[in-house]
Amino acid sequence: MSSSAVKERIMRIVFLIVACVSILAVALICLFLFRSGFAAMGQIGVLDFLFGESWRPGSNEYGIFPMILGSIYVTAGAIVFGVPLGLMTAIFMARFCPDKLHRKLKPAIDLLAGIPSIVYGFFGLMSIVPLMQDIFGGSGKSMLTASILLGIMILPTIVSVSESNIRAVPESYYEGALALGATHERAVFCAVVPAAKSGILAAIVLGIGRAIGETMAVIMVAGNQTAMPSSILNGVRTMTANIVLEMGYATGLHREALFATGMVLFVFILIINLALSCVRRKGKKK
Amino acid sequence: MKGLAKYKGHAGSLILRILVILCTLISIAVLAWLLIFILYKGLPNFNLGLFEWKYTSKNNSMMPAIINTVTITVCALLVSIPLGVGSAIYLTEYSKRGSKLVKVIRMTTETLSGIPSIVYGLFGFLMFNETLGLGYSLLSGILTVALMVQPTIMRTSEEAILSVPDLYREGSFGLGAGRLRTVFRIVLPSAMPGIAAGVVLATGRIVGETAALIFTSGTSSNMAGLMESGRTLAVHMYTLWNEGLDMEPAYATGVVLLVLVVLINAASSALAKRLAVKK
Repeated sequence: MSSSAVKERIMRIVFLIVACVSILAVALICLFLFRSGFAAMGQIGVLDFLFGESWRPGSNEYGIFPMILGSIYVTAGAIVFGVPLGLMTAIFMARFCPDKLHRKLKPAIDLLAGIPSIVYGFFGLMSIVPLMQDIFGGSGKSMLTASILLGIMILPTIVSVSESNIRAVPESYYEGALALGATHERAVFCAVVPAAKSGILAAIVLGIGRAIGETMAVIMVAGNQTAMPSSILNGVRTMTANIVLEMGYATGLHREALFATGMVLFVFILIINLALSCVRRKGKKK
Repeated sequence: MKGLAKYKGHAGSLILRILVILCTLISIAVLAWLLIFILYKGLPNFNLGLFEWKYTSKNNSMMPAIINTVTITVCALLVSIPLGVGSAIYLTEYSKRGSKLVKVIRMTTETLSGIPSIVYGLFGFLMFNETLGLGYSLLSGILTVALMVQPTIMRTSEEAILSVPDLYREGSFGLGAGRLRTVFRIVLPSAMPGIAAGVVLATGRIVGETAALIFTSGTSSNMAGLMESGRTLAVHMYTLWNEGLDMEPAYATGVVLLVLVVLINAASSALAKRLAVKK
């Protein structure tokens, strides 16, 4: 074998190994999180951990049910604020906006996506929280505040994914609708957007994934009380916040319980990923 | 009003049009509000003390954090670029389409890109700080964020490589070049702007990262070597908030982060434009 053939072979193997790093990474993440997570759950009791309503590390009570609900509520709130706004913006950018304006809008949306979450957190703390104080009284740090901020944060994801999917709808749908006498708006909303349904759904699922995993912005505006969430104007603690807030000083079982919280969050993300790939596959089949 | 006459008998359409424009205006207003707010709060708090070489609790200097940010970003890219581009090369140039391994690799990469940074932080802490015994150190932070941005680099590189016309490869093979030579001499140079845009995107993510770094590279305020703990700009901002003493330096840090992000985004879109022109 010539030396160049040997080199080819070696490099092929090198590329193969490099490509397998992502498999290794997922395997390791699963291994480490599940190992310490299950260890903690074994000691606390799976049901007491997942459905326990009080989190008092001082007296050995580790129930993360309030945090699970907190994460779900806050994410749902983000969807309520972010999706209608984002979808409408995407429709505008794909179908209503002149090219010249589009060249200005697109970088603006990209910028919104690039701003670090800690900066969003400060923004929320200094502008939305006081606003909430003025309107509703109280501390201003609440489920509602967190939902609004998260809604803003998922906006760029919703806009850019929906926009590219709306643009991918064949022009004939739009033209067909026009030929049947529909107005521009009607053609867009009744023919083009429904055809992009699965892509828009994928955008929403991506947004859910982003919102549920968001950490730094949420801890600054959500209030972080461990009580069961009772109203949208009360403070709430998400799973992500629970980890960051207590990791610094936790030891022993307390620390393990935080890893287990991370594991539950990870399982949520895996389910969301699964849903995403189902949505995408369905979209492709059509 | 000629424009409105069009909507006679189509009130619903008019309402939809107004709604769409209104929503876009709100989205843009939110961005403007955010930018103006950060600048308005941050700019008055700039002073020379913020850029002094050493951090003290008096001057709250962000200089060490800036240096640490550069160290972490550069080193993490050094790790993740070979990983990301290498995987992309394997998937596009070497693997058989539709093989099982390729499917698994795609699935795991997608999973990795959906994992939130706090989970990376926990993993990095368990794996690098504890199991490998690196402790709170820049190195363990670097490895964690390198894993985190690898999927981004891989996906953009793959797209860029796929957009290189097959004609180039065939020409190269026809001239007697091997696969390896074709990849490094023909394919990669043509795909460069796309790969670079992905790298810039990854840079932005690393610069703004907080949750994955707090528990891996730690929150020490020193200018750190690879094996020492040190905070990046974003972590610096978080720590200032967490200590709750004075917020003014945190606002100024926010402005610096914002400017960095704007520059990074501009670079990325300039690169993307170059790719588009070439096509």
